[in-house]
Amino acid sequence: MSEPPRTRPRHSATFTPDVMAEIRRAAATGIYDIRGAGAKRALPHFDDLLFLGASMSRYPLEGYRERCDTQVVMGARFAGKPITLKTPITIAGMSFGSLSGQAKEALGRGATIAGTSTTTGDGGMTEEERGHSRTLVYQYLPSRYGMNPRDLRRADAIEIVIGQGAKPGGGGMLLGQKITDRVAGMRNLPPGIDQRSACRHPDWTGPDDLAIKIEELREITDWEKPIYVKVGASRPYYDTALAAKAGADVVVLDGMQGGTAATQDVFIENVGIPILAAIRPAVEALQDLGLHRTVQLVVSGGIRSGADVAKALALGADAVAIGTAALIALGDNDPRWEEDYQALGTTAGAYDDWHEGNDPAGITTQRPELASRLDPILGGRRLANYLAVMTLEAQTIARACGKNHLHNLEPEDLVALTIEAAAMARVPLAGTDWVPGRGAF
Amino acid sequence: MPLVDLRQTTLRELNRSLHALDPDTNETHWRVRHPDGRHAVAAGLSLPIAVEIEGHVGYYCAGMNAQAEIVIHGNAGVGVAENMMSGRVHVRGDASQSAGATAHGGLLVIDGNASARCGISMKGIDIVVKGSVGHMSAFMAQSGTLTVLGDAGEALGDSLYEARLYVRGSVKSLGADCIEKEMRGEHRAELSEKLAAAGLQGEVDPGEFRRYGSARRLYQFHVDNAGAY
Repeated sequence: MSEPPRTRPRHSATFTPDVMAEIRRAAATGIYDIRGAGAKRALPHFDDLLFLGASMSRYPLEGYRERCDTQVVMGARFAGKPITLKTPITIAGMSFGSLSGQAKEALGRGATIAGTSTTTGDGGMTEEERGHSRTLVYQYLPSRYGMNPRDLRRADAIEIVIGQGAKPGGGGMLLGQKITDRVAGMRNLPPGIDQRSACRHPDWTGPDDLAIKIEELREITDWEKPIYVKVGASRPYYDTALAAKAGADVVVLDGMQGGTAATQDVFIENVGIPILAAIRPAVEALQDLGLHRTVQLVVSGGIRSGADVAKALALGADAVAIGTAALIALGDNDPRWEEDYQALGTTAGAYDDWHEGNDPAGITTQRPELASRLDPILGGRRLANYLAVMTLEAQTIARACGKNHLHNLEPEDLVALTIEAAAMARVPLAGTDWVPGRGAF
Repeated sequence: MPLVDLRQTTLRELNRSLHALDPDTNETHWRVRHPDGRHAVAAGLSLPIAVEIEGHVGYYCAGMNAQAEIVIHGNAGVGVAENMMSGRVHVRGDASQSAGATAHGGLLVIDGNASARCGISMKGIDIVVKGSVGHMSAFMAQSGTLTVLGDAGEALGDSLYEARLYVRGSVKSLGADCIEKEMRGEHRAELSEKLAAAGLQGEVDPGEFRRYGSARRLYQFHVDNAGAY
């Protein structure tokens, strides 16, 4: 007599193997998981949008003959010396300390070749990046590590950081293994200790104080420098409106896919909103104030291609910033180091323990033998190539939509593939005229 | 001696004039009248000149000062001498919160009281407060000294790094990882030097002060200390 049929072994959709592995890890260690990079979960994103392209009712531009400009001017609202970028794709703030000196140099070289800006991070300005960046944005963070008036004056713009997309409302942590003598010296801290970055600025709170802080920074730099305000995407309408009211020249809005050097996984995956959901409210805030295109909006968090750039600009942004994608262009998570990734218990493409300082690609490390794996000249060339490709891709799409400047892309050029994306981007679901949440049902 | 009346001259003109001075200027002593609580007065100076401000100032007076000696004959608003690099700032009255925040160097003397977060995140400055300081003073203070002739409020030196705190009066409570430490000869010598720099030589006995510093228990994150954060 044969065995009666049995129910097949069944995994839970709630307690997946990944979830159970994390529970076992937490039970064994008693500490939450800290990692680098941004949200890894699937999110509504630019992939959920499509361009309509020109046809009978719209005229396209000739791909190899007719101009499609990409230049963007940042900071002309109040700054005496606004900055002009050849492409609206900028390099996001990443710290020396989190990144090696070679990586910062490579970012500066690549951005300079492409005619765009790079940005310091939570650790001050290094000679590597100032020397190799034609246009350098100097971040003004709660920790004020390395902040000094000399660097403030030799910056091309100042970015007041209130938050970032990976952790709106969170401070930072650079673990002791990355605090070398040089990093420690720049931050006025003993080498080897875990270094915390505060989540609030030490001498101001709220939008009214921010206006006074911006006034001070303008006075110190004789009203020359564009002043950016960076926020993590959470309440983009109000944050953008308040930053603009406080006197910002530029608002930087970072979605939850934006990377971090080291943050709790639970924070990265559960706090903040995707950039797709943040752009339209931010643009609406600027439009309500009559400041759209007067105050530039830079968006970031998961920008990967010229299509993403074109979509972000069509939704109303003036420029984008890339961080994780720039590191990948330099060689982060490259399969050529697979053996080393395996030795660290991971695999190329999934490596995110950037805080531990053992990056096989030599980017998120302070160990000289690893950092020397990255040739800053070659790295810079790779980044410049990538920026050129993204710019060309965005131009290709813009011309197909009949636009002679990337800034002429508009929401009307877009449709959405999903109801979620249609609601967030406030464009119609493809094949319909339905924008969920807008107008009568 | 240039005299600038901020009822006649804009703040921008004042700061522009101060920033535009040549290193070998003869205009080394400035007076500013009627500040009337304006913000960022004499911010961003970078030469060894003297500026006397006759009245109360708003936020960030002497912000990011380097080399200059600035005297405020009145009270100072939030963040006086914030991120100072060097030089000397003297508040003859009281100071609001975050006095000397994140400052890397120089000397800040406050004749009256300082409010909350005095010396927050300080990175090398010496601060001498002749009165008392409010809560959360020297929060995350990294290096430098904070000397208080009066009392300190709640949570003094919370999450302190290597700054040294000297308090003559009472301390309402100590913040996380801040402990009282032995006052050895080297500390009395250091304190005497700071008191002298503030013009208090012979007026105050360093022996009356107690020293506070970091227990360094939170320098490496450990789950067993999670409750301390």
